[in-house]
Amino acid sequence: MKWFDYSAPSSLSEALKLLRENSQALLLAGGTDLLVQMRAGRKQTDLVIDIKNIAELNQLVLDASGLRLGAAVPCYRIYNHRDIARGYPALSDVASLIGGTQIQGRASIGGNLCNAAPSADAVPLLIALGAICRIAGPSGERTVPVEEFCTAPGKTVLKQGELLVSLHLPPPKPHSGAAYLRFIPRNEMDIAVAGAGVSVELNNGNFQSVRIALGAVAPTPLYAKQAGDSLAGKPVNDACIQTAAELAKAAASPITDMRGTAEYRRHLCAVLTARALKQAIQRAQEAK
Amino acid sequence: MHKKVHVQATINNEPVEFLCEPRQSLLECLRDILGLTGTKEGCNDGNCGACTVVLDDRIVTSCLVLGVEAQGRKITTIEGIAEGHKLHPLQQAFLENAALQCGVCTPGFLVAAKALLDAEPNPSEERIRLWLANNLCRCTGYDKIVRAVKQCATEVNA
Ligand SMILES: Cc1cc2nc3c(=O)[nH]c(=O)nc-3n(C[C@H](O)[C@H](O)[C@H](O)COP(=O)(O)OP(=O)(O)OC[C@H]3O[C@@H](n4cnc5c(N)ncnc54)[C@H](O)[C@@H]3O)c2cc1C
Ligand code: FES
Ligand code: FES
Repeated sequence: MKWFDYSAPSSLSEALKLLRENSQALLLAGGTDLLVQMRAGRKQTDLVIDIKNIAELNQLVLDASGLRLGAAVPCYRIYNHRDIARGYPALSDVASLIGGTQIQGRASIGGNLCNAAPSADAVPLLIALGAICRIAGPSGERTVPVEEFCTAPGKTVLKQGELLVSLHLPPPKPHSGAAYLRFIPRNEMDIAVAGAGVSVELNNGNFQSVRIALGAVAPTPLYAKQAGDSLAGKPVNDACIQTAAELAKAAASPITDMRGTAEYRRHLCAVLTARALKQAIQRAQEAK
Repeated sequence: MHKKVHVQATINNEPVEFLCEPRQSLLECLRDILGLTGTKEGCNDGNCGACTVVLDDRIVTSCLVLGVEAQGRKITTIEGIAEGHKLHPLQQAFLENAALQCGVCTPGFLVAAKALLDAEPNPSEERIRLWLANNLCRCTGYDKIVRAVKQCATEVNA
């Protein structure tokens, strides 16, 4: 790695000032993407800004307004949090399937999102859960729905001088549930061939509202709006689930690479969407 | 002018100070600056777990931590596992079960497995395998490693 300087500001304003003064600076959360990319020569900088000492980026607050998840909170803090396991079990699932134990000691959901890999495991679920990104920058704060955050592989809506502060998840509705499933050839420690995140809200045996998002089958994590909307008002049965799964499959535009062919990935979209819907439905039925 | 950074940390319960370049990983600092060569480098990109250390209360791959990030923190490496010349029960169990061949992965497995047993004294085989999924071994085929961890858990609990 080329020489760089290191700074670990303890406040958001200090971090924003450093970002303003150093247009080439790179932000370090858990470093499980950044340090790998810098070592491989894919990224270079004169200044690394460690954002883990900033209170707003470390918050993990669950209350009546939902969940405020600081961008730098590492995965283990999420899956070790009992109330998150209860209120957002699918988020606990995702935090415990990114990497292995050591990676989870460092890797953050904010980093997963900002790295903007098409295969990032947390992102389809965040889209399904309707997460909102809180962004701070030179001209103040703004919010962006998570489905609009990634714009291309490795690219996001963040402008010069901006950083992601936190993700806000709405409180779980009654009779709702969510799930994320990915396909990898082994049991753990691999990059998704395809992934599906879903959330459902039920009402007397019918779907009230559904959100479906896919991973690793488009240049960015993909919000399959039509597929989810197709279920609104429909009865909860296999035929409706299959229709939505086919719509999800039709929304995908995967590529062929060493992990799988485009055709196989399309097939996986339907299979994973249907399975994730069934798991989310079960969670919704068990929820009070 | 590029300036090295002065870092103060607690390593294996001893206060330690060192000077490092911000670009140096914690792994490089441990091995090349502090001479703690028990921690191994395998892949240098987070996959193999040979460089596993405990940072505060979590195991991490030290190749994906900057040395400067150790400032003010507590680190345990493989050198801090035995008590003087007395092996930790887990080290003993690895020997008894022949849970190593070339030994390059062993420090990482020991540090990771000890962290598991410290938190969960009697994990299931499935739990052990999942916890250790971030540690790769090219020699043993894993069964003997898992057996050693299981045996240690049973003995300590007996
Ligand atoms: C062995 C291994 C296994 C892995 N397994 C998985 C897996 O199963 N699934 C998966 O999805 N990923 C996996 N990854 C990739 C990586 O661990 C995740 O993407 C992780 O969530 C990244 O988080 P981080 O905190 O380490 O990010 P960092 O590496 O610190 O940052 C990632 C990127 O986002 C930027 N960034 C970070 N925080 C902010 C912020 N607040 N505002 C603006 N920009 C920011 C950084 O500058 C950098 O470009 C794996 C990586 C390794 C090394
Ligand atoms: S050397 Fe760090 S994980 Fe392989
Ligand atoms: S004993 Fe050789 S890699 Fe594990």
